[in-house]
Amino acid sequence: MAYSDRRTRILTGLTYAALALFVVAMLMDFFYVGPERQQGEAHRIFYVHLGSFLGSFLAFGTAVVAGIAYLRSRDHKWDTLGLSAVEIGLGFATITIVTGMAWARPIWNTWWTWDPRLTSVAIMWLAYAAYMMLRTGIEDPERRRRFAAVYGIVAFASVLYTVIIIRVRPDTIHPVVAGPTQADPEGAFEVSGRIRDTLFFNLFTFAVITVVLVWHRIRLENLSERVARRKMEVLADL
Amino acid sequence: MSARGDSTTKRADVQAASARAVKVRRPVTPYWRAVGAIAWKDLRAEFRSRELINSMLLFTLMTVMVFSLALELDAEARQTTVAGVLWVTIVFAGLLGLSRSLASEKDKGSLDALLLAPIARSALFFGKMFGNLLFVLVIAFVLMVLLTVMFNITLIHPLLILLVVLGSVGFTTVGTLLSSMSVHARSRETLLPILLMPVVLPIVISAVRGSTAVLNELPSEDWMPWLQLLALADVIYIAASYALFDFVVEE
Repeated sequence: MAYSDRRTRILTGLTYAALALFVVAMLMDFFYVGPERQQGEAHRIFYVHLGSFLGSFLAFGTAVVAGIAYLRSRDHKWDTLGLSAVEIGLGFATITIVTGMAWARPIWNTWWTWDPRLTSVAIMWLAYAAYMMLRTGIEDPERRRRFAAVYGIVAFASVLYTVIIIRVRPDTIHPVVAGPTQADPEGAFEVSGRIRDTLFFNLFTFAVITVVLVWHRIRLENLSERVARRKMEVLADL
Repeated sequence: MSARGDSTTKRADVQAASARAVKVRRPVTPYWRAVGAIAWKDLRAEFRSRELINSMLLFTLMTVMVFSLALELDAEARQTTVAGVLWVTIVFAGLLGLSRSLASEKDKGSLDALLLAPIARSALFFGKMFGNLLFVLVIAFVLMVLLTVMFNITLIHPLLILLVVLGSVGFTTVGTLLSSMSVHARSRETLLPILLMPVVLPIVISAVRGSTAVLNELPSEDWMPWLQLLALADVIYIAASYALFDFVVEE
């Protein structure tokens, strides 16, 4: 099951495209969009914050789809997809939390507070960290794939909780960009004009980056499997 | 099914075929009788050995002591922290029971016999879950009496009991599902809390906030959302466990 040249070329092309998009997105964050009326320069980190959350949301959603597909078909490729998606999603979730903290320091005057949104995102991070622990804890490969698929589906409850909680709890100070909110958040702003252009461009960029990274991770997993198989063949010949 | 990818191995085909065969077999025992029989079996075994309930009760007593000594609370602080003490203790004592529930079956080899029994797999799940739920509820009510005495706050309140029951249902449902996964792990005693905590934290948060609001006699709009969230989480976790348990125990 050698990795075809054509697919490798597509992936390389996509990687360069993602890099170019990322550079343009960063230029927009720093130069196209002006300082926000109330938040000033601190506001610029918001695009990376929301973009990386979109990345983790897409990745964790992919893990659910891959989990269901694996349980139905028992095809290894779905498990590889699930593992890759969760790893990339966990990375993006970490970026979301770190950029959020950097933003909160000047705006909320604290790095961290037990706001419902912050609590739920911490729970989400822990759930997927536990997913990784589960994978290392189960030795039998078939059982590991099965349990990982099940836990990947259960853990998505924490993602839904994160998305829903700021829209139903009145005691959050976290701003909501789209949709209704019952709260009076600290640091909200109107999404219009250049802010909207920059936001949409960043979201698109991060979606592309997520796809590219997951693809790279799948390729890495397949290659390492191939190396392991070749090693066994060589050892068998000795 | 023929449209599947050609990369699937023959072994996977055989497994999938046997999984399908499992699905079409007809259980002979009525569903709820099977559920009741498994829960009753666990209770009778526990009633005879009393190994679990005794350790859970003693653990509860010690945890409450540790909390009252470590926090050194005055009357006002007790009012706001008692719900947290209640739920942290329920979760940790419940973990003891959950990790034993399936581990003992597996160690004795009786898990295979249970899986061979001509009953629906979900009946096995609900039987185990009701057994665990009963242990957790016994612990919770002993704890409520204990905290009422030691913290001098009356916890026996219909709404609080409802919150405890709803929270325990959610906790034991997802706990039974995850403990049936963690029994197969190398270090199952450490894996279960790691797997379970993030998933039950939404339940614990809702239960603690709701309980605190009820205890401080706040108006209904302060505890109602938490009660609703708790009920919603229960429904989601019961549905998810019902759908997923078959995949956890198939072998």
